[in-house]
Amino acid sequence: MDLSVVARYFPFLVRGVGITIEFTFISFLLAIVLGLVIALGRISENRFIRIPCQIYIDFIRGTPLLAQIYLVHFGLPQIFGYKPVGFVDALIALTLNSSAYMAEIYRSGIESIEAGQMEAARSLGMTYGQAMRYVILPQTIRRVIPPMGNEFITLLKESSLVSVIGMEDLMMRAKMMAGRSFRPFEAYFTAALIYLAMTFTFSRLLGRVEGRLKASGRS
Amino acid sequence: MVEVKQLHKSFGDLHVLRGIDLEVKKGEVVVIIGPSGSGKSTFLRCINHLEQPSSGEIHIGGVNLDDGSVDINLIRQSVGMVFQQFNLFPHLTVLQNICLAPVKVLNMPQADAEELARELLRKVGLADKESSYPHQLSGGQQQRVAIARALAMKPKLMLFDEPTSALDPEMIGEVLMVMRELALDGMTMLVVSHEMGFAREVADRIVLMDEGLIIEEGEPAEFFSNPKHERTKAFLSKIL
Ligand SMILES: Nc1ncnc2c1ncn2[C@@H]1O[C@H](COP(=O)(O)OP(=O)(O)OP(=O)(O)O)[C@@H](O)[C@H]1O
Ligand SMILES: [Mg+2]
Repeated sequence: MDLSVVARYFPFLVRGVGITIEFTFISFLLAIVLGLVIALGRISENRFIRIPCQIYIDFIRGTPLLAQIYLVHFGLPQIFGYKPVGFVDALIALTLNSSAYMAEIYRSGIESIEAGQMEAARSLGMTYGQAMRYVILPQTIRRVIPPMGNEFITLLKESSLVSVIGMEDLMMRAKMMAGRSFRPFEAYFTAALIYLAMTFTFSRLLGRVEGRLKASGRS
Repeated sequence: MVEVKQLHKSFGDLHVLRGIDLEVKKGEVVVIIGPSGSGKSTFLRCINHLEQPSSGEIHIGGVNLDDGSVDINLIRQSVGMVFQQFNLFPHLTVLQNICLAPVKVLNMPQADAEELARELLRKVGLADKESSYPHQLSGGQQQRVAIARALAMKPKLMLFDEPTSALDPEMIGEVLMVMRELALDGMTMLVVSHEMGFAREVADRIVLMDEGLIIEEGEPAEFFSNPKHERTKAFLSKIL
């Protein structure tokens, strides 16, 4: 391990961190919204809504993210005949991927609320939507936050795959550093440590949030 | 007020309700008793369509529920239900529990809803608990809040499904007291309960259900002292 190489390229690598975090945050926020929509579809009584959502979730969770990125970036433009934009495609692929996992997180949160809550709400004359919005979903929030935090960390790591379609994230810069310096060990090991520092930081933050949730722990 | 005709309900192969006929007049208090699994809960749940009846008719206030044009949410607004497990909303305070439906469903202004909620809390003897969360209350207090919550929608009919059977014995009285007052106020009530003292004193009519059918019904005095049906005798000898 040649530390002088690491020192020389470190600022270059760190400039990729911004992109990595950008991809992670944006697709995470989009997946929080899209995942909820899909989860509600997945538990719908209408099977024309439920089954497509189920298929979507199964497809995403049963196929590699790498295949999904290639499909969005190379596959769709071939079918629909438009010019692919790497940044957009990377975001779309990450969001679609994370949404499926997010949907399952929401679903298990919603299903963990006793049936009596929905019944009480409905018996008061609330519609299904009102009962979800005012009674069920507020109760699921504290139950979905911990698994969502884990999903965030997974996403942070998996976002390294966007380097395959040319995004200059941390992983891509590690590849470039390896090529330029002829020091692949130093390049990839340093990048790995930077990922570790990020995941470690976020999981500590998450641990604190969980601790606070427990401390204020009703239900 | 309520008219049920030939109500049937099956869960798959399980034929739970097998032709129930029952009429409840305005202001009447009817207590339903019967062995476990006889379909009492299912019957109440069919009345406000928490369960979809398989066949038969249910009229509430002259409206046929199975008429496709009826908005079931509108019907439910006029039918309050109290559950064995209280089912208060744990993330909301007592006051918020009571105000939620009037504000969101009836579009009542928040201030009016709170005023109504406080009045109802006084009525059930919990005026000092409005800022508590459900988990901070005893079972009996929770059930009284649940009654207040149902009353906030100004229902014409109240359904009670074993409201005291999840309670410790020393809390049963306070809940029955509230129900008794409600009956005195003229509320139409359909109560599944095995509190025979309450039934004897408050009910206008007792109904015995067994295996999805109404076996016998009558005024409390007559029903208890002079049951006609063998199954009624057998059941009463077990619980009295
Ligand atoms: N959602 C359901 N799906 C399948 N079977 C059900 C369902 N709800 C009730 N049952 C069955 O219907 C029968 C009647 O149940 P119900 O709860 O109405 O009885 P009950 O008279 O209220 O009994 P208990 O006194 O124990 O409360 C039981 O055999 C029960 O297992
Ligand atoms: Mg029951």
